[in-house]
Amino acid sequence: MSDVTAETTPKDKRMRFDIKTAGPAIALTLLCIIGFLLNPAFLSEGNLTNLLTRSAFIGIIAVGATFVITAGGIDLSVGSMAAAIAGVMIIIMNAAMETMGPGLATVLLGGGCSILLGLGAGWINGVLTTKGKIEAFIVTLGTMGIYRSLVTYFADGGTLSLDFAIRGTYRPVYYGSVLGLPAPVWVFIAVSICGWLLMNRTAFGRYCTAIGSNESVARYSAIKVDRIKTLTYVIQGLCVSLATIIYVPRLGSASASTGVMWELEAIAAVIIGGTVLKGGYGRIGGTILGALILTTIGNILNFTDLISNYLNGTMQGLIIIIAVWLQRGDWGKAKASKS
Amino acid sequence: MKTLKSLSALALTGALTLSAAAVSAETIKIGVSYPTPTHAWAAGMNWHAEQAEKRLEALYPDIDLILINSPDPNAQASALEDLVSVHKIDALVVLPFESEPLTDPVLNVKKTGALITVVDRGLSQPGIEDIYVAGNNPELGRVSAVYMKGRLKSGDNIVVLRGIPTIIDNERFDAFMAEMEGTGINILDHKHANWNRDDGFEVMQDFLSRFPDIDAVWAQDDDIAIGVVAALKQAGRDGDGMFVVGGAGMKETIKAIMDGNTLVPVDVLYPPSMIATAMDVTVAAFKSNGPVAGRYILGATLITQENAASFYFPDSPF
Repeated sequence: MSDVTAETTPKDKRMRFDIKTAGPAIALTLLCIIGFLLNPAFLSEGNLTNLLTRSAFIGIIAVGATFVITAGGIDLSVGSMAAAIAGVMIIIMNAAMETMGPGLATVLLGGGCSILLGLGAGWINGVLTTKGKIEAFIVTLGTMGIYRSLVTYFADGGTLSLDFAIRGTYRPVYYGSVLGLPAPVWVFIAVSICGWLLMNRTAFGRYCTAIGSNESVARYSAIKVDRIKTLTYVIQGLCVSLATIIYVPRLGSASASTGVMWELEAIAAVIIGGTVLKGGYGRIGGTILGALILTTIGNILNFTDLISNYLNGTMQGLIIIIAVWLQRGDWGKAKASKS
Repeated sequence: MKTLKSLSALALTGALTLSAAAVSAETIKIGVSYPTPTHAWAAGMNWHAEQAEKRLEALYPDIDLILINSPDPNAQASALEDLVSVHKIDALVVLPFESEPLTDPVLNVKKTGALITVVDRGLSQPGIEDIYVAGNNPELGRVSAVYMKGRLKSGDNIVVLRGIPTIIDNERFDAFMAEMEGTGINILDHKHANWNRDDGFEVMQDFLSRFPDIDAVWAQDDDIAIGVVAALKQAGRDGDGMFVVGGAGMKETIKAIMDGNTLVPVDVLYPPSMIATAMDVTVAAFKSNGPVAGRYILGATLITQENAASFYFPDSPF
C-alpha cells in the first residue's frame, strides 16, 4: 500500500521512482564488476552472448508474469506448462515427420501448436480464477501438478526426443544469430518491447495496475475486471509458448525435469525488477533486468571456485534479497513517507 | 439399519481375507516396492521390473509378484503396510525412497517373517535385509577415471560435472579423484549439474568460456553428457580428440556407442535393471537349491563398442 499512497505526493514520487529504477540496474552493474574481477573472461563476447541467450527463457516468461502479478494474480504453473508444451510439440512434430517431412512446414506446425496450447492453458488458468472464483495460487498450483504429470506420462517417465532430421531444420531458432545477436535474444527483445508498450502505453496496462491496486474500485470504474484478469493469464501462456519454441531446439528433448523451478525464477525476476508482489505496480524494464541478474548469478558462480558448490543457493538467496532491498530500503528517510 | 450394514460389511471383509489367506498358502507372494518413476532412470527401472514380473510369473506359475510404486516416503511406508495386511507377502523387494524414514516400516515387514531384499539404497540399520542388491557408485567413479587417464597424458586438462549434492555423488566423485591422483592430469574445476541436461549445457558453456584448453570432460551421467555435447558443438570445440564420459547406461547413449561415436566413446554402467536382478535373486530364494542370502554388488562395467549390444534395450524408456 505504501508505494501507491506515496505516489500521491509529487516530491516523494520522484525520490522513490529514482531508487526503484536504479536498484536493479545498480545490482546488475555490481554483479558484472564482480564477475569481471573474478575472471576477465566473464566479459568475453562468447560469455555475454551465452548469458543473454540463457536469460531469454526466464525473461520472456517473466514479462508475462509481470502482467499477472501487476493485476494482483500469480501463476505457479509456468514451468510445468513449458515442459508440457515442449512435450506435446515434440510429439506433434515427430508424428508430422511422416507426412510432411523434416522441413520448415513441420517446424511451423509445431510452433503454431505451441502457441495455441499456451493461449489455451493460460485461458484455463484465467477462467478458473475469475469465473471459477478460486484463488490464483490454488488454480495454478493445481495446473502446475497436472502439466508436470502430463509430461511425465507422455514421456513414459523418460525423455521425449525430437527426431534428428527435424533438429537440423529447427536448430537455427536457438543456435542461429542475426546481426551478431542470437535468435533467442531477438525474441526476448521483441517480447520486452511489446510488453513495455502494452504495460505503459495502453488502457490495458492501466487497467492491470488499477485492478491490482484495488479490484473493487476498478470494478466500480466500469473496468471489465474478469476479462482483463483472464487476459493477463492468456498473455502469460503466450509468453510461455514463445519461450518453449526457442527452448526445444536447444537440446531437442523434454522430460519431467524440464522447466523445474522456472515459475519461481520468473516470479523472482519480476519482484527483483521492482514490481510489487501483491499487485498494483508493474515494471517491465525492471523485470528484464531481474531476469538478467538471476542468470548472471548462476554464471558467476560457475566462473569461480572461491565459493563452495554447496553454497550456491546461499549466494543466490543473498543477492536476490539485496537487489530487492536496494529498491525497497527506506534509506533513512522512511518514517515521513510511510503512511 | 446402519449397524447391520456395517456388520455385514465386516463379515464380508472377513470372508475375503480368509479366502485370500487360503490362496496365499499355495502361491508365493512377493511384493516389489519402489519410488514412482519421475525421471528417466527410474522409468527404466519401472520398465525392467515389469519385464521381470512377466518373465518370472511365466516361468513359475506359483509365484505372484505384486509391483507397487509410491510418490513419496510416506506413501511407500503405507504401501508396505498394505503389502503385509492385504497381500500377506512372503517376501519383499524394496528400493527405499529414503533410508531413514523407511527403516522402521521395512523392519515391521520383516517381523511378519517375510524375506527382505533391499535394492540400491541401504537402510539406516544393518542386518534387516537378507539380500542386498546395489550398483557400485565408487566403482563408477574409479572405472571412469581409469578410462580417462588411459587416454590422457600428464599436463592435460579436464573438467568435471557432478550430480545433485548427495552421498551418491560424493562417492562417485571421491573415488574418481582418488584414482586421478598423481597422474599429472589437471582437474580444472568441478560443478554440480544435477543429473540434468539443461544444467549440463549451461555449466559446460561456462567452463568453455572460462577455460580455453579442455581435453576431456567427465560428465558422470548420460543426461548431463547430452547437455555437455550440445555445448561443445555450439562452441565448435568437439574436435581435436575431445571426449566425454557419462554414466548410467541410457539407451540412446549406448546406441551411439554401438555406432562408433567418438565424442562419447564409452559409458559406465549403473543399471536401472538392478531391480530385475533383485527380483531374480529373491525368487531364487524360494526356488534354488543353493543359498542366496548375501550382498550382491553389481559391477560398474565399462561399456565400449564391443560389448554395447548386450546393454541395449530399445524398448525401455531409458
